[in-house]
Parts: sequence; structure tokens; C-alpha cells
Amino acid sequence: MRRKKTPDKSPASAVTPAVVMRLYVVNSAPNSVRAVTNLAAICEEHLKDNFKLEIIDVLEYPLRALADGVLVTPSLTKVSPSPAARIVGNLSDKSSVLHALGIRG
Amino acid sequence: MKKATPQLLPKIATGIHGFDELSHGGLPRNRISLLRGGPGSGKTVFALQSLVNAVRRRQEPGIFVAFEESPRQIIANAASFDWGLPALARNKLFFLDAKLSPEVVQSGEFDLSGMLAMLKAKQEEIGAKWIVFDGIDVLLTLLQNPISEMREIYRIRDWLADNEVNAAIITAKIDGDGSEMANYGFLQFMVDCVVRFERRLEHGVALHRIQITKYRGSDFAAGEYPVSFGPAGMEVDAPEPAEIKQVASSERVSAGFERLDTMLGGGLFRGSSTLITGVPGTSKTTLVGKFVEAACRRGERTLFVSFDEGADRIARNLTSVGIQLKTHVKSGLLRMYSGRTETIGAEDHLVKLKALIREHRPRCMVIDPISAIAKSGGLAAARAVANRFIYLAKDEKITVMVTAINEGDEPETEATDLQISTIADTWIHLSYLIRSGERNRALTIIKSRGTWHSNQVRELVLTNAGPMLADVYTAGGEVLMGTLRWEKEGEEKAKTLQRRAEFDHKRAELQVAEADTRARIKALQQDLERQRVELAMYSSDNEARIVSSSDRENELRRIRSADPTVRAVLIPANAKPKGVKDSGNSGNDKKARKEARDAP
Repeated sequence: MRRKKTPDKSPASAVTPAVVMRLYVVNSAPNSVRAVTNLAAICEEHLKDNFKLEIIDVLEYPLRALADGVLVTPSLTKVSPSPAARIVGNLSDKSSVLHALGIRG
Repeated sequence: MKKATPQLLPKIATGIHGFDELSHGGLPRNRISLLRGGPGSGKTVFALQSLVNAVRRRQEPGIFVAFEESPRQIIANAASFDWGLPALARNKLFFLDAKLSPEVVQSGEFDLSGMLAMLKAKQEEIGAKWIVFDGIDVLLTLLQNPISEMREIYRIRDWLADNEVNAAIITAKIDGDGSEMANYGFLQFMVDCVVRFERRLEHGVALHRIQITKYRGSDFAAGEYPVSFGPAGMEVDAPEPAEIKQVASSERVSAGFERLDTMLGGGLFRGSSTLITGVPGTSKTTLVGKFVEAACRRGERTLFVSFDEGADRIARNLTSVGIQLKTHVKSGLLRMYSGRTETIGAEDHLVKLKALIREHRPRCMVIDPISAIAKSGGLAAARAVANRFIYLAKDEKITVMVTAINEGDEPETEATDLQISTIADTWIHLSYLIRSGERNRALTIIKSRGTWHSNQVRELVLTNAGPMLADVYTAGGEVLMGTLRWEKEGEEKAKTLQRRAEFDHKRAELQVAEADTRARIKALQQDLERQRVELAMYSSDNEARIVSSSDRENELRRIRSADPTVRAVLIPANAKPKGVKDSGNSGNDKKARKEARDAP
């Protein structure tokens, strides 16, 4: 199951989001669950509605994850703006996530 | 070592030469094996070679998860092996680059559930039967705490239990006792087989060792064994079986030339080992060269291993004493290998020798000098290697000749060196004897098991037709050598000539006498023949006369008709009345005829 999480409040198609991200998870794994929660909090606080997040369940799309260069889960990829970045872990360390995403906290 | 217990645990062969013997069959099937060791100890090569063998021998694809080095690096490192890895990596082997790039930011804990899900998909896609996790220690250090480490180890184990593979190999860079890795004890407990790899320096030479430290449900050879790397990959020098099961041959093989064979009671036994000792320059190489040449001439595959001297150079030097090896090298009968001693350890030499024997399958073999292996990696190792080599040659029924340099001129000093004199069947010692201002080579057979052998010290002479043992001249209880021998030879020659002249003279005399007697016999025989003929002639003449006279008498009687014929028969022919002469008969006849007419 692929979930596209686009905040309901704003029409996503109209504005180019400031940050496009992909989060690779294994839904049943505690670290992945924690990562989703942590990322949601970070986005809420720092990006408001100005982001696009795709959450991919590796159990469901393993070969795609493989092709995307994912190794461990959870794993967050910043697709745009460049430079691309990759963060692994449950995203509990908020400052390193913000730094990697290029968001001034 | 091997107990008679039934094999409970199914195993799967790695195809790594020597390891499958050590482990009595390979790695545990459907289980996890841990390879541990320091950097460069050969863990990765072992794991990769197992995968390659599985693909090539059983068409079983495999997955290689590389945590430490990138797959590109791994494939490049294996380029020296003849595995054809790049081609295999295209379809039969899947390499996962699991090396976290330094740009990846870590924020909090992660786990392997995603990776294992991806591997499962890949496994199903290519039908992988083998899986390797190479450098799991690198991954585990990223997990930050021992609890997570343990959890992930468990996760891998569960995954492997669910996704049945023929064998799973985990390698970990753990040196020494593993104390630097928090969960090493746990990791070791979790797996069914632990193999320890080690690379250490001894006398400046890198030695590789392998040891099985754990094998659940199975026995194994517990010692530490040498490992070497060749074109086919890694090879373990597995121990020979403890029991000696060699069949002793009574077939004789030439030791090189006739006189030496005679000294040995007819040559060397097939499959026996001969040690030739001597100080430098006593022509040990010439002697083994002659042995090699003789073997090639018999059409036997032969292996000539030399150390620290090039094969070509040896062949050229031997040409000067009439030993031709190059033609046999060209025909493929003879393989000459020359190794450098100090670059590899003694055990590596043994592994190399084994490989050469496997490749060339020789019936005769020479190592010149075997003492060279003592140069690398210590004497104890060299001693063990020399012993094992000789046992190996015996097992393979190879007739082997090895040389050893001893520093002193006493053969007994050899005993302190490699100690192979006790296991060699034949021991020939070459030495210099200095007498009358000369240095001459002397050959002694110190021992030759199971056969009569000469106890004579002989002079070894090098001619352009090869080595020769000179005739023996003794004087004052010593074998004469060099010019002393030459003088003695001259003396003996003069004596022989004189004896021969005397003999010839006597023989001529006897021949004349014999001819004379023969002539006389011939003359007498002619006389005898003549006399015989004469006698025969006389006898037959007389007979004829007697017959004709008796006929006449009968006729006469018939004419007379006076007497009954019977009477005439009764009267013997020679019983005529005396005084009646033959000449008077005619007159009587006439008278008788007349009387007959007158009768009525």
C-alpha cells in the first residue's frame, strides 16, 4: 500500500511544494511507526503545508525500494530541492533531520 | 579425529579444497555459519568462493550482501581468481551494495526489516540458494546499542529460518577473542558453525590460517590449518589421515644410472623417498637431474621442483654434464617449477606442491633442495611440511628424491635440520674427501630400507655423459680417489696388459700343440680307413672263390650221376680228399664223362 500524504488543507497541485520527500518504511516495524510519527511532527512544525511526502512500504514494493537504493528502514529521502539527502533511523534526532532537509530550525 | 557417530547434521560442500575435508562435508545445510577474523584474513574470499562454487557446480544462484566493501571493489579484488565473477554477477549472483554511504545521515534507530524484505524479493526473483552477509560488524556498529544489535541478529536468524536457503554465511571482522564486539558471544551462540581466519606475520612472511572453532552437531578437525591462495582461489591444507595406508611396492625404479642402482641392490623402490644430503657443490642437483632424466626416458610423468634457482638455468647447467631435460619439458612429460622460498610460508609451499601434483600427476618427483623451505616461516613449520610432503608423495605412490644442504660435512648434522632422514627410505650422502691435496666427491649410501645396499664409499665423477661412480680401488683400507685412483688405475692397467700378453703367449703355444695332435690324429685315421678297405676287399674275394668251387663240384657229380645228390650236399665243399688238385679235375672230368657214356 502506497500512501501519498499530501496535507488536505492546501491544493497541492497549485503550488510547488518546498520539499519533496519519500519515506521508506516497514509498517509493522516499531522504528518505522516512530519515524512516521516523528516526521509528521517535524513537517507540522517546520514545513506547514509546503511539502510533499510519499510513504512507501518496503514489504509491498521491495524491488522498487531496492532500485531506489534503500538499505535499511526507516529511510527518508529528500528528492527536492537539491542537494538530495538521505536520512536513516526513526528520525528521533530532530535537529539532524532538519539539517539534512535544509530547513533552518 | 573422526568418530564413528552417525552424521546427524546434513552438510553442504563449499567446494573449497581442504575445508570440506576439515569440516567432514562442508557447512551446515540450511543453517548459519559465521566466518570471523581480522582484516585480510580471507573471510570474504572464502564466502565468495563458496557462492561461486555453488553456482558453477550446482547451478545454485546466490546473494552477496556487502556491508563493508562495494560490490565493484569485491569483484575487482577477485579478478586474480579464475572464477569469471563479472559474468556470474550479471545473472547468477546478486550483489547488494549494503555499504551505507558517508553522506547518509543517521537520526535514531533503524532496523533490517526493510532490507530483509528486499532480499526476500530478490531471492525469489533469481532463485537464490546461498546468501552471504559480508562484514556484518560494520552494520552492527551503526546500530549504536547492544540491544539493537542483538535484535537485528535475531531478525536475520528468523529471516533465514523462514526463507530456506542451502547455506547462509555471515562474516565479521573480529580479531582475537572477540572482546571488542559486545554481541560476539551471542552471535557465536546463534550460529551453528564458526570458522576462524587468521593472518599473521612470521619471520616477515604472511601466513594464513583457518580453524573451525565450533560446529554444532558435528565433529571436525579441530586444529589450525594453513591456507593459501592460488588461481582457483583459496585452498586449505587439510591434514592427512592419521593412519598410514600406503601399499609398499616391490617394483624397482632406476635411481638414475646403473652403478648407483647396483649399489642400491637394483634401484629404488617405486613410491619410496630418497634423501640426498651434502654440502654445497657436491652435485646433488646433478644426481637428481639424472634421476629425472631416467624417469622421463621411461616415459613417466615427472615433476622437478627447485627453489631459488630458475628452472631454465638448472636445465642449462645439467646439459653440461650430459643431462637433457629440455626435450622432456617440451613434450610435456616433465614439469619444472621453481619457487622463491622467502616470499611465502612453508605451508604455502606444501599447498603449492599439492596443487602441482594434482595438475601434473607425476610418477617421479624431485625437490631441490627441500631444505630451502626452512628459510621461510620457521624451522618447526618447515619440518612439519617436509614430513607431510614425504607422506603425501607416498600416498600418491610417487617416487620422490629430495635434496638437503647440510652445513657440516658430517651427515649426522642433517639430523638437527629438517629431520627427514628418519622418514626417508633411502639416504644418500655426498661429501668431499680431501686427501693428497685434492678434493674429491664421495658418495655413501647411509641407509636404504628393505633392500640390500652397498656399504662402499664411492667416488662420484662428473663426466660429460653424466654422473659416474668410479671403479673402486682401495689401499690401506681406504678408497682411492682422484689422482691416487688414477695412478692406481694406471698401475692396474699395466698389470693387466702384462697378464694379457702372458696369457696370449701361452694360448698360442697350446693352440700349436693342439693343431699338431689334430694333424696326427688325421693321418692315423687315414691309415685306419685304408686298412679297413683292404680288409673288406680281401674278405669278399675269398667268399666268391669258395662259392664258385662248390658249384663246380655239384655239377661234376651231376654229370657223373654216381653219387646221390644228397651226398654231395652233405659233403662240405672243402672236405675234398687231399692231394686232389684243382688242375687235375679237368682230367677227371673227361674220364668221368667217358665212364658215363660207357655205362648201360
